[in-house]
Formats: sequence, C-alpha cells, structure tokens
Amino acid sequence: MAVTVKTFASASEAAGALSSDRSARYLGGGTLVMRALNEGDVSISTIVRAQDQALTRIEASGPRVTLGASVTFARILAERDLSFLHAPARSIGGPAVRNMGTVGGNLFAPNPYGDFTVALLALDATVAVQGGFGSRDIGIEEFLQARDRQAGTLVLSISCTRPASVEAFRYRKIARIKPKGGSVITLAAHLPISGGRIAGARIALGSMAPTQIRARAAERALEGRSLDAATIAAAASAATEGTSPSDNALGSAWYRREIVGVHLRRLLSGQE
Amino acid sequence: MSKIPLQFRHNGREVAIFVDGGTNLLVALRELIGDMTPKFGCGQGGCGTCSVMIDGELHLSCLTLAETVTGRSVETLDGMKQGPNLHPLQRAFADNFAAQCGYCTPGMLMAAKALLDRNPSPSRDEVIEAISGNICRCTGYEPIINAILAVAGGRVSA
Repeated sequence: MAVTVKTFASASEAAGALSSDRSARYLGGGTLVMRALNEGDVSISTIVRAQDQALTRIEASGPRVTLGASVTFARILAERDLSFLHAPARSIGGPAVRNMGTVGGNLFAPNPYGDFTVALLALDATVAVQGGFGSRDIGIEEFLQARDRQAGTLVLSISCTRPASVEAFRYRKIARIKPKGGSVITLAAHLPISGGRIAGARIALGSMAPTQIRARAAERALEGRSLDAATIAAAASAATEGTSPSDNALGSAWYRREIVGVHLRRLLSGQE
Repeated sequence: MSKIPLQFRHNGREVAIFVDGGTNLLVALRELIGDMTPKFGCGQGGCGTCSVMIDGELHLSCLTLAETVTGRSVETLDGMKQGPNLHPLQRAFADNFAAQCGYCTPGMLMAAKALLDRNPSPSRDEVIEAISGNICRCTGYEPIINAILAVAGGRVSA
C-alpha cells in the first residue's frame, strides 16, 4: 500500500506533522519503519522525514556528550572522542545497518534489538524530544517506560556525561552468532568511583523485560562499596530481581534468568 | 495517490523514475530500473543480499526509502564489471568457489567492495566483520573470506 511521505526542512515542522497524525511514523535510518512497511504494516499511512542538520550533530569535545537523533552508529565509530560508545555501536548489525541505523531510532527498537539504548540507560542519558507543544528533556528511564506512547513525539538528541575512566563504563552483548547476532541479553554498567568506593552505580539490561531496564537490586549491592569479589557476587545474585524476560528464538526466559548473573559477574570482574 | 518523481545516478548513469510513496530502493531498482542484481532476501535487514552502495557507503536497499536517494549515487553489482572483464572481486569469487547457489553473492560482493574501497589490505578479522551483515547458507563463509583476502593480497588480477 502506498504511503504519503512528508519531508520537512526543520525538525520542529516534522514534529508538528508527527503529533497531528496518529498513523504517521518518523523515518530515521529506515531499519525499523521500512521493515514495518515491507512486512505490510497498515497502521502506517504517513512517513515523516526531516532534513535538519541539527539532527545529525555530534558534540563530543567536552564532558557532556550530545548526539543528534539522526547520528548513525558508523559515525559514532568514526569519532575518536566517543570511544566509550564504540563497543555498543560496534555490537549493532553489520556495516550496512551501522551506516543506516540511528541513535534516535535505537530508542524505539524492540527486543532483541536496542542494544545502544542499554548503554545510554546505564549512562543516565537525557532524551530531548519535541512534541506538538515544544521541546523538553526527559530522563531516558522515563522515556523508555512511556515508549509506547512516544510515537507522536520526535526525538531531537540524546546526551550523557562522559564516563570518568575506561573502567567506569562497561558493556557486554551476549549473542549466539558472532560477530553479528541478535541479543540474548545485553548488559551495561556505569561505575563511578569516589574515594575507592562506587558512587552512583547504574546497571542496565537489555532483553530482560519488554524494554531496557535498570537492575536496581544489583545497583544497591554495589553502591558505596569497593568492587571486590564479595560485592560482585552480591550484585550478580541480585541481577534477576525486577526482571521479566520473555522467550524468543534466541533464548528462553528461563535461560536469560540463569545467565544474567553470570554475565554481570564477568562484566564487573573485567573478564572477557 | 500521485507518483513521486525521482532522479539519481545508477552505476554512473542518470536515471529518472516515478515511485509510489513508501517504495523501497530495492523495488525501484528491480522493478522500475530493471537492475536485477540486488536480491530480495528477508526485507528486514537481516540477510544483506539487497546490499548496494549509496555515495560509496554500504546500505540495505530494501530498508532504504527510494526517494531518499534523490541526487545521490547508487552502485549495484551490475555496475561492478569493468567493460567485458570481471571485477577482480568477481574473478576471485569464481576462482575460490565463493558462490554456490549465488543468492547472497551480489550482497557479498558489494560488502567486499565497500571494505576494499576503504581499506585495500584488510586483515582476516576485518573481512569477517565487513561481511558480518551478509548471510550465506551454502559456503560456510570460508571461500568468501579467502576470495576477498586474495584480492586484498593482490593475488587476483582482472
């Protein structure tokens, strides 16, 4: 079925078109929306695009990093200042998908996709969105909880604070096919250290719930402690708390619950 | 619904077509331009056999909205041969038995070309990474990897 394509010069015009039409979807890199059209998704009758340079901007020189929603994973990998995001960017798709897929689109990617968002959730990112009433910033956790209702808003950019050190941010995607495969589970940990102790631990999990979630019990087990074997064991044993994984072709819910603690322990102890 | 006019470069030649809204580039290439080299595999971005290059960058044509290539350059396997001669990659694929059923071959060749255009002497790991978005159910990948490495190592001449 033919759809109407509306292309706008500015993100705000696109946001206006998106918010006024329930059957409109924003086309970013195409890996989600074109796929839906190829599968015959009749709920989409309008495609909205924006050719706004602001959406492709990367600000990576300072401590606060901002990525325009249309920034692709290939561009992140080409940016030396974004090396802390290279592991999650590299874990997505093959080269063609990384040339197309965008940071903004990844926020909407359902399981077993959306790995980059797991990293952004651990980094406590802020999502700048524009709806019919103007733009605002939302915490990524709040954004994800209301993701199903975000279809009428346009993501403009995502920003996060650069981790203080290489060890402070860790990422691990478990896939059956290497180097490319859908996620069995995905884990990211931000572990800021203050005076030898973890202050502000954030652990994020992908494929362990309908959307990416934080492992709050594991975070509590880490908070205020040094990253020793006992602390890591406590965090690993708390990893399943609050999770609600599903069965899919890549793994069963049971399997996911069995392995999430194992991989969290490996991630925290720096094992390959 | 009215058709949308679309102009772009297809393997170095200017083309102009009319597409329906929402048409993907693969359909435009195959059904409107008659270039049958990119194949339809999964329509989901999982198999890579529809791979083409847009402005020198590897893209999946089935997930590309046709009208987004307006004014851009699209290269497909059809444009790879050099006059009457095979491209060195095509020659290497033949020599190394890198094609069996052949369905993945157009995408594999485009992915390989995208790699070698950017990195003329890749390592084996870089070759594996470059074709990681392309599925082959026949060869087990080894002959494909060897074919690409043969070109990279200068062991194949056109």
